[in-house]
Amino acid sequence: MAKKSKKNGKSVAKKNGSVTFQGWRRENGRVGVRNHVIILPLDDLSNAACEAVANNIKGTMALPHAYGRLQFGEDLDLHFRTLIGTGANPNVAAVVVIGIEDQWTKIVTDGIKKTGKPVIGFGIEGHGDIATIAKASYAAKEYLQWASELPREACDISELWVSTKCGESDTTTGLASCPTVGNMYDKLIPRGIYGVFGETSEITGGEHLARARAINKKVGDKWYKVWKSYQDDVIEAHKTDDLSDSQPTKGNIAGGLTTIEEKALGNLEKIGRECKYIDVLEPAEAPRKGPGLYYMDTSSAAAECVTLMAAGGYAVHTFPTGQGNVIGNPIVPVIKISGNPKTIRTMGEHVDVDVSGILRREMTIPDAGDALIDMIVRTANGRLTAAEALGHREYVMTKLYRSA
Amino acid sequence: MAVPQLLVHDNKDTVGVVVIEGLKKGTDMLCVVTHDNSSFKLKSKMDVPIGHKVALVDIKKGDTIWKYGQDIGIAKAKIAKGEHVHVHNVKTKRW
Repeated sequence: MAKKSKKNGKSVAKKNGSVTFQGWRRENGRVGVRNHVIILPLDDLSNAACEAVANNIKGTMALPHAYGRLQFGEDLDLHFRTLIGTGANPNVAAVVVIGIEDQWTKIVTDGIKKTGKPVIGFGIEGHGDIATIAKASYAAKEYLQWASELPREACDISELWVSTKCGESDTTTGLASCPTVGNMYDKLIPRGIYGVFGETSEITGGEHLARARAINKKVGDKWYKVWKSYQDDVIEAHKTDDLSDSQPTKGNIAGGLTTIEEKALGNLEKIGRECKYIDVLEPAEAPRKGPGLYYMDTSSAAAECVTLMAAGGYAVHTFPTGQGNVIGNPIVPVIKISGNPKTIRTMGEHVDVDVSGILRREMTIPDAGDALIDMIVRTANGRLTAAEALGHREYVMTKLYRSA
Repeated sequence: MAVPQLLVHDNKDTVGVVVIEGLKKGTDMLCVVTHDNSSFKLKSKMDVPIGHKVALVDIKKGDTIWKYGQDIGIAKAKIAKGEHVHVHNVKTKRW
């Protein structure tokens, strides 16, 4: 598998001129690489109805999650932004929303409707699960059959939005898989793609370097404010000891990482040598300043972070792992990159791009970057990632504080 | 080039990373600095797991540990050249 991708990587990534993939162009002009019809619960109470609809209408997908009741303020705004962003993502063709009541359900459907894609909402109160499931199933069937006939078209690679976040890091991620992603960004950001990195807590130890990678002082200061407020409002407010029992994690330590500084320096290899980030996004916020690399204020927990980036509109995710994080996402293909030969040997079924050759000096970082670009194009063309094939659909809301 | 046992990010670093499984005490390791592809030899003084670090120089208690050319923490004990460097003898300066 690795050999094949390396060979194809040279043919695709080193070719001069345009690189294209077959995508779905949505009503708002954005391009998706998947064509999902999703059944989206507003709240935890509506998961059962959504799962029943997805069971009735084969080929649709329910996205159950744990929250949505009695949230308020910034936490509620984030919940709505995440749901709306998920429905608006170009990998989604059409959306059926089910909520316990109509008003908040309407907020979500109205938000998704702005993209121009088909969306309809159903409230359970006054009808019960069974009648709601029946009505929603008829709508889902219409959407699915409509979506199944949507044609794909050739799109330039510059139309891809590619996110990144690493997980179960070890010292090999800093040596191999993270610089592979960095090399991909150094090559594709100048071609006009949108990129994003995040993990506010895990930049700790490398904050001087992250601040310096902003496009200008204003953006760097905005980044530092986000990072500092996480330190003051979250860590200082809630710590019982310090972060050393969580950062590095037990898995990180088993993999050889000793301090949070060492972990952060490896993590930052993901943004390459040349890229500068042009803006700092709220969690799940869509970028608005044109093509380029962005920073999103996210948790470092894999499923929370990828869910937020998908809600921001990113269509493909690149995920370096050392010890073997198995995460996926329901609507965004998550491409796993690993340079750890032990992980490749013991759990290779989770890895899409094997860059362990970097450790043996058989593969250079630019070779690995080309292999990743090739895998991004193949994935955009429809190749299922390891996480998709294995059924990983982790959809996890970020909760800012207790509900009312 | 022969397959190295240890990779080092930067010439300023005082630690390197074991990149093969099952490294044994007494191995005369080929060490490569990824920044400029320069190489040197170093004898491992212990069995060290893949991904874990080895001291490139004799480190005194209180010395800064350098990796990626950056400060990654402080030595909490004396560490001899070729010995295993990890949470038992290095800690962040932050907490």
